[in-house]
Amino acid sequence: MSETKYTKDHEWIRTEGDVATVGITDYAQAQLGDVVYVELPGVGRTFAAGESLGEIESTKSVGELIAPAAGSVVEVNDEVAGDPSLVNSGAEGDGWLVKLRFSEQPELLDEAAYRELTA
Amino acid sequence: MTATDATATGGGAPTTPLLAVHEAAGAQLIDFAGWQMPVRYGSDLAEHEAVRERAGLFDLSHMAELRVSGAGAAEFLDFALAGRLSAIELWQAKYSLLLAEHGGIIDDLIVYRTGETDYLVVANASNRHAALDALTARIAGFDAQIVDETEQTGLVAVQGPAALAIVSAIGLESEPLEPLRYYRALPGIFEGEDVLIARTGYTGEDGFELYIAAHAAEDLWRALVLAGEAHGLTLCGLAARDTLRLEAGMPLYGNELSLDVLPAQVGLGRVVALKTKGDFVGRAAIEAGPADEAPVLIGLTADGRRAPRAGYPVLDGDRVVGAVTSGALAPTLGHPIAMAMVEPGSATSESLTVDVRGTQLPARLTQLPFYKREA
Repeated sequence: MSETKYTKDHEWIRTEGDVATVGITDYAQAQLGDVVYVELPGVGRTFAAGESLGEIESTKSVGELIAPAAGSVVEVNDEVAGDPSLVNSGAEGDGWLVKLRFSEQPELLDEAAYRELTA
Repeated sequence: MTATDATATGGGAPTTPLLAVHEAAGAQLIDFAGWQMPVRYGSDLAEHEAVRERAGLFDLSHMAELRVSGAGAAEFLDFALAGRLSAIELWQAKYSLLLAEHGGIIDDLIVYRTGETDYLVVANASNRHAALDALTARIAGFDAQIVDETEQTGLVAVQGPAALAIVSAIGLESEPLEPLRYYRALPGIFEGEDVLIARTGYTGEDGFELYIAAHAAEDLWRALVLAGEAHGLTLCGLAARDTLRLEAGMPLYGNELSLDVLPAQVGLGRVVALKTKGDFVGRAAIEAGPADEAPVLIGLTADGRRAPRAGYPVLDGDRVVGAVTSGALAPTLGHPIAMAMVEPGSATSESLTVDVRGTQLPARLTQLPFYKREA
């Protein structure tokens, strides 16, 4: 699996072949607090860059999963839909949200640049 | 006749005396009315549950303590506030409202009678200055003084079924706490410092609020943490406090209460002592009542996991009739709950929905509170 990259919308992305696994960062889950509801897109849905693919709700606020580039949804994490607390316990692991196939190259940050953004 | 800011420490944001303790405990801090306060220490759901099942410890030192004293203090408060404070007994507490001349709510507050001619008025942190200014403007002609003691006062709350056991175990010198009734207080001494021990709270559970000199707040906090170990006491932040008070159906200033809202609109008509006292600020407006079309507070519940949140439109059929003022996926109840202000004509409607970011969530009218502890 490739190196983890990040977006300025506090998502992480790991690309394997032409499929990108996407979730929200550990920083983002900490800001949200306890996640109590996750809404994920349908498999096969196509989307444009910047479109909202889903919602991550905590007791206190709502975060959106923003598409970093145009593409389509390959798979969603049904386990997270059933147990939203996985986003807290494993934001950058078991708490992944969607697998996407991009039709254009997303603009990504490396870890150092992302850390700087959240410092 | 005088308003004294006893702080005199000059500019800069006020600070809870427990800030270093919170930082050491790993609290996530937020700016609340200029104060850095814990929003959560870990999981706000776990903090919420701890208060319902065991006990939670809160730092509320940002709340404003305004001391009103003098031979005319009772008479002054009867004029300045909506309730009849002259009627409360020594060491009794009373929930009251500070009304504007037009009847709108400047703040909601708790008043403790701490002496024959001495009252402690506890206001919201966000309304500290508005409350102090309004009280100061009304004090002329009364034999009373008001002093802002906010920054000299630490306030911690222990809330939950184990609160009594915990507060009883820290070596407070006082009358026994067990017989102390809700909305009553007692004077006590903790390690040589005066403590006001109040059986009050904002969570829907049994509990205590302890007022102590700011410099002694840390020792009190540590003693409570130590005594609480055996009872599962959990440090709790403002996020849990908000979901706890919402489940308990308690209004929050800035959400349900504001300058634009008259008490009767939010079910607080009973707080205004129209019949038992003479003139007070806001009386004429309260007598006139809110406009016929003024929105009223309702409670809503829904199925599923999606929370209605403050500001979301409430619809009756396809017409917007109001907005959510507070909402959450209730941690204890497991379903969405909300308070909302709606047109009076829709306050009994069976066809209400909340617009949750484009999706219409069917909502049922529910009597407040949503949660009531077993007696």
